[in-house]
Amino acid sequence: MDIELRHIHKRFGAVHANNDISAVFHSGQIVGILGENGAGKSTLMKILAGFQPPDSGVILLDGAPAAYGSPEAALSAGIGMLQQDPLDIGAFTVIENFIYGSHLTRREAYRALSAQTERLGFDIDPDALVSTLSIGQRQQLEIVRLLALGVKTLILDEPTTGISTEQKTLLFDALRLLAKRDGMSVLLVSHKLEDVIALCDRAVVLRSGCLVGELDAPLTTADLVQLMFGGELIQQKRKHPGTGDVVAALEGVTLRSRRMTVEPFTLRIRASEVIGLAGLDNSGQELALRACAGLVKPAAGRVMVLGEDMTGKPYRAFMQKGVWFSAAGRLEEGLIAGLTLTEHVALVADSRPLLDWNAARALTEAKLAQYQVRGQPESLVETLSGGNQQRLLMGLLPEKPVLLALEQPTRGLDVDSSQWIWTQLLDRCDVGTAILFTSPDLDELVAHSDRLLVAFAGRITEVPDAASVTIDQLGRMIGGAFQ
Amino acid sequence: MSNELIAIFNSIVANATPLVIAGIGETITERAGVVNLSLDGSIVLAAMVGFVAALASGSVIVGVIAAMLVGALVALIIAAADIDLKQDQVAIGFVLTLLCADLAQFLGQGYTRTPGPQFPFTPLPLLSDVPIFGAILFNHQPQVYVSFALTFAAWYLLFHTRQGLALRAVGERPEAAFARGTNVSRLRYLYVVLGGALVGLAGAAYSLALKPGWSTPPAMRGDGWIALAIVIFGGWHPFRVVFGAYLFAGLRALASAIQRSPDIQIPLVLLNGLPWILMILTLVLVSSGALERLTRALPRPMQRWTRGLLRSDPPAALGTRFEKS
Repeated sequence: MDIELRHIHKRFGAVHANNDISAVFHSGQIVGILGENGAGKSTLMKILAGFQPPDSGVILLDGAPAAYGSPEAALSAGIGMLQQDPLDIGAFTVIENFIYGSHLTRREAYRALSAQTERLGFDIDPDALVSTLSIGQRQQLEIVRLLALGVKTLILDEPTTGISTEQKTLLFDALRLLAKRDGMSVLLVSHKLEDVIALCDRAVVLRSGCLVGELDAPLTTADLVQLMFGGELIQQKRKHPGTGDVVAALEGVTLRSRRMTVEPFTLRIRASEVIGLAGLDNSGQELALRACAGLVKPAAGRVMVLGEDMTGKPYRAFMQKGVWFSAAGRLEEGLIAGLTLTEHVALVADSRPLLDWNAARALTEAKLAQYQVRGQPESLVETLSGGNQQRLLMGLLPEKPVLLALEQPTRGLDVDSSQWIWTQLLDRCDVGTAILFTSPDLDELVAHSDRLLVAFAGRITEVPDAASVTIDQLGRMIGGAFQ
Repeated sequence: MSNELIAIFNSIVANATPLVIAGIGETITERAGVVNLSLDGSIVLAAMVGFVAALASGSVIVGVIAAMLVGALVALIIAAADIDLKQDQVAIGFVLTLLCADLAQFLGQGYTRTPGPQFPFTPLPLLSDVPIFGAILFNHQPQVYVSFALTFAAWYLLFHTRQGLALRAVGERPEAAFARGTNVSRLRYLYVVLGGALVGLAGAAYSLALKPGWSTPPAMRGDGWIALAIVIFGGWHPFRVVFGAYLFAGLRALASAIQRSPDIQIPLVLLNGLPWILMILTLVLVSSGALERLTRALPRPMQRWTRGLLRSDPPAALGTRFEKS
C-alpha cells in the first residue's frame, strides 16, 4: 500500500508537534522515522494509525483520500501500529488477546496464530498468560495479531527498546520478510541510528515537528546525525583511567535470584573509574550491579565499601557510605509519580522533621537550571519528558558520591540527551567518583568504560584489553563466545 | 444424612442467596473496571422500595422490577459521576451508601412491621426429589434458582463469549480495548447498570423472601459490605464468589449453632469474627502461589481452568478512569 501524507499539522497547546509534514511511503519498503525525543515522530505515526486526528492535512492511501477517526478504522484501512508498550491485555491468554478485536473463532485463531508465528520464526505459547511474556514476545504477538487482521502497513514505535539482541535479530528478519516478500510497507520509529542503518531502505528525519530531510540507503551515521541535530557528534574520549584507591569491592561473591545463580567472582572498583557491565538480559550483570549497592544480598562472599565489610547491610547504610543506585525504570523505581519536582528535591536534600518549602523551592530552581531540566518546580514529575526525568535524577544524586551504580543510565534517551548525561557523569569521575553501569547499548559500553566486564549465563568475566575492544568483539562475547 | 443436617444445609443455601446475587452483580461491575461501593445502601433502599411496590400493587413481580430499577439507578449515578462527570467513584459510592440507607429508613417509616406479599415456596418438580441434593438445592423460593442461573450466566458471559472478552478488557486495559474498536464508556455504563440491577434484585431477595417485610433498623444492613468483601475473596470469578457466599453463610450458621449449644463456651465476638479470619487465611493461601504451583501437576486443559479460578489480582484498571489520548 502506498501512503501519502499531505501538509499534516498537529498542535498540543503551545507545542507544534507536527508542522506541515508531507511524505510518501511506498509498499515493499522499510522506512525509518528518525528524530530526537519530542521531535514529533510518535505523534505523526499516531495520526497515521488513527489514535489521534490531525488538526489539518490529508492522508492518501493508494491515491484515495482516507478519513478515519479511530484505530479500528485505520486497521480496516490496512494500517496497524505496534506501540512502544504493546497494547495487549496482561490478564488474557495469548489466544484470547489474538481473538479479541478479530472475528475469528477460537479454533480459527489457534490455526492463524501458529501459521503466522511459524512463518516469521516466532515462538509463543498460545495458552500462556500475556503478563508472563517478555516485551519481545509481546511485540511478536502484536505483530502476528495485526497481520491476521490483514494490515498492509505496519508501524513500529521504538520496538528495540527493552528487548534482547536475539529478539531484535528475530524482529528485523521478520520485518525484512514482510517488506520484501509480502510487499508490505514497514515504518520504524526510532532514535537509535544503528537500528535504522541496519534495517531501513530509507530514512525520514524530523526535528522540532518539521520534516528536515529524507535519505536513501546506504545510510551513514554521519549523514543521519547531521540531519537530526544539524551538527556532527564528537566522539567522547576517556581522559582519566582510574588508578586511585579501591573504594568498593565484591570479594568472591555468589549471587542468587529466583531465576539464576551468578558464579563466584571478584570485582575491585577504584576511584575515578568507569566500569561497564555488558550482557544480554538476565545474564547476571543486573544482579552484580545491585549487589554493589546492597540491593541484592550475596549468598556467599563479601561486599566491601571504603574498607568496611558491608555484606548484608541495607541500601540505606550503603547510601550513607556514599554508594548510590539509579534504576532503569525511572518512573517505576527512580522517581515518584504524583510528587512535584520540589517535593523530590526536599525528599533527598532535607532530613529535618519540618520542611522549609522556600529553601526547597530555591534549591529546586537552582538544580533545574544547573541540570537543564525543562519543567517547573511545582509540576508533577510524570509530566516531564524521559530526557528531563533522567536529568532530574542526575540532579538528585549527591555532588560527590563514592560510587554510582547505574542501571541503563541513558535508557530511552536520544543521542543528544545521552551525551549530556555522560558529560555530567564524567565530571563526577574527575572529582573521584567511581561509576559502575549496565547498558544494552554496546556503543555506550565501549565509548565510556575504562574496564569492561561481560556477563554470560551467570558467569562474569573481565575483558582483558578494554581500551582496544571493538563493538563486534564485545557483541560476540555477550553471546557467549568469550576467548 | 439426617433430616436435621439437610435442613441446615438448605437454610445455608437460602441465606447465602442475596449475597450470591449481589456478589455476581458487583463482580460484573468490577470486571468492567468500576467499583460500585454503594452496595450496603443500595441493597437496603432496593429492599424497601421492592417491598412497598409489591405491597401497593399486590404483585411480587412489580416489587422485583422496582427493586432492580432502584439498584440500576444508583449504579447509573456512579457510572455517570465516574465516566462523564470525572468524579471519584469511591467517594461517590461511599456517599451513596449512607444516603440510600438513610433514605430507605425515612421513606419506609410508614411500612415497618406491615405484613405484605412474598415469593411463593416453589420446590422444583423432579429435581427436588433427588436424594439429599434435591432437598438442599431445589427445595426453595424462586430467587435461589435465579441465583444459580445468574452464576452460570455470568461465568459463561465472562469467559465464553466475545462480549465477555470486551467486558474484561475494558476493566483490564481500556486503552487496548479502545484500540480494538470497543466503546469503553458505553460498555462501562452497560455493565455498571446491569450489575446495579442485580444488587437491587438482591435487595428484593431479602424483603420479599429471606427477611420478608420492612423494619427499622433494616434486617439486611451490613450485608452489602459482606458482599463487597466476598467479591474480593472470590477473586472476581463467579464460581469463587458463590463459594465465598456459601462459606460465609455456613460459618454464620455454625456460629449461631455453637452459640445455642449449652456445652461449648466460646465468646460471641470470636464466633462472629470467625468467617473473616477464615477468609483472610484463604486469601493468603491463594495469593501465596502455593495452590498455583500445585495445579501445575494437572493436565493442561485443567490448568487453564484452575488458573482462572485461583487468580487473586483485581482487574488491572479497577477504579481508574479512562481518557482517550
